[in-house]
Amino acid sequence: MTKKKSEAFEDALKKLQSIVEKMERGDLPLEEAMDSFTEGIRLVQYCHQKLEEAESKVRMLLKDQQGDWNVAPFDPSAAADSKD
Amino acid sequence: MLYPALEETSVFSVSLLNAQIKALLESNYPLVWVKGEISNFRVPASGHYYFTLKDDQSQIRAVFFRGQNRHLRFVPESGLQVLCQCRLSVYEPRGEYQLIVEVMEPQGLGALQLAFEQLKKKLEKEGLFDASLKLPLPVCPQRIGIITSSTGAAIQDMLKVLRRSPYPLSVTLLPVRVQGREAAAEIAAAILATDSLAARFQWDVLIVGRGGGSIEDLWPFNEEIVARALSSCSIPTISAVGHEIDFTISDMVADLRAATPTAAAEWIVSELERFQRDLQSHQDRILRAMAQKTDDLKQKLAFLEKRLVHPKRRLEDLRLFVDDRLDRLQLAFGRRIEQFRTVHGHLQEKLRSVHPLKEIYRYRALVDQQDRQLALHQHRVFDVCRFRLQGCAVQLQSLSPLAVLGRGYSITYRLPDEKVIRKPGDVQAGERVRVRLARGFLECVVEKTENEKEQASFHKDMA
Repeated sequence: MTKKKSEAFEDALKKLQSIVEKMERGDLPLEEAMDSFTEGIRLVQYCHQKLEEAESKVRMLLKDQQGDWNVAPFDPSAAADSKD
Repeated sequence: MLYPALEETSVFSVSLLNAQIKALLESNYPLVWVKGEISNFRVPASGHYYFTLKDDQSQIRAVFFRGQNRHLRFVPESGLQVLCQCRLSVYEPRGEYQLIVEVMEPQGLGALQLAFEQLKKKLEKEGLFDASLKLPLPVCPQRIGIITSSTGAAIQDMLKVLRRSPYPLSVTLLPVRVQGREAAAEIAAAILATDSLAARFQWDVLIVGRGGGSIEDLWPFNEEIVARALSSCSIPTISAVGHEIDFTISDMVADLRAATPTAAAEWIVSELERFQRDLQSHQDRILRAMAQKTDDLKQKLAFLEKRLVHPKRRLEDLRLFVDDRLDRLQLAFGRRIEQFRTVHGHLQEKLRSVHPLKEIYRYRALVDQQDRQLALHQHRVFDVCRFRLQGCAVQLQSLSPLAVLGRGYSITYRLPDEKVIRKPGDVQAGERVRVRLARGFLECVVEKTENEKEQASFHKDMA
């Protein structure tokens, strides 16, 4: 099973955090600082991009006669008005 | 006979009596409400509940048949105050009467409350609320499954809030009934279905809930079947039921309790906003750290550049340094020399006063004088000696054999060996001899040798 998305983000965030802390200590050689910088910015952009590229959608899963779940559009504005 | 008045017909058999009592009781008390405390509660394999209802003075047996107790939300227990709707009946084989319970309501707490407390206690004991069972909540809850009514206010409220998300969201609604008899089973089924659908929909989190309502309306979320479904769910769950004040079993089993459906949606948005902020902050910090780094390096470079002086200047500095030291050295040395010179002067003065040259001069004069005297004396000694020598020479002259020769004597030598002939035997007749005279030599041949008297011979040899 592939890694869950949120774990990947968590890893990225952790890595990012350690890069930031490493860089903020300020004792990195320039070469390493440059590498860390590049990696850090890449991670930020990766996360942003991954989050942005998701499709914004609202849908509904309905169970049919055979017990299979089928995707159906869901229009919240058309949904009813009951108070439950 | 003891009781002659009694007729045969007026005597009851036990069975008949019990049957008549039974009929009497059942017709007189078709349905009664009785309140009391449950004691001696037990449930045999049959599933019927047997117990005694009592107050402080009396007690009565009761049974709650399986067919009826099925619908009870809570499980009765000894010590519980209850209000029961019952029929009264007699169990003829034993001649005992008892209550047949049709409906049971707990006193004080409502039945639902009691059921809630009981389920809570049970699940708690099983560990379903343990913090260790809670799944970690996602960092980026972007794909959201929602299990609620498609027509309720809850879904509307949540979608309204979710529109504020800084990132696009994927929302999947699994519509279920959220009240009524079938609701709990539907909700549980939907929760269980997410496990098999998870791979396809990649949900980060599930929200299970509904809007506010009466305790009966919210009841499905207090059902064991829903609690167990939530507990077994492999996707992190958020329970969002009713209003802030409503606490349900679902709230306790779910990985996160949101006070309301709106609050659940707000949590999602805030998590995403926080993530966005974190990312932004990390980016800012990286940029700042990099800028700091380059600034530092620039400063260091500038500083080093300043320290990188031209060797000429360094040389000048060194020269100045050397000059300075030399000056100081000379000064110090000069002083020291001056000191020595002073000391030297003193010493010289002292030395001069004891100079040996004076003595030398004195001795030299003495020596000269003695030298002269010696020379004088020497001459004198020589003169005396020379005089004496002359005297000796004259004396010697008078003693010379030559002087004897002068008086007519000669010396004869045998030739060729020139040996002085002292006696006749020293020479043979016929041999040659050399004769020395005072003024020259003769070479002669021996004619004849002749020994004579000692004295005569001496004279003859002399000749």
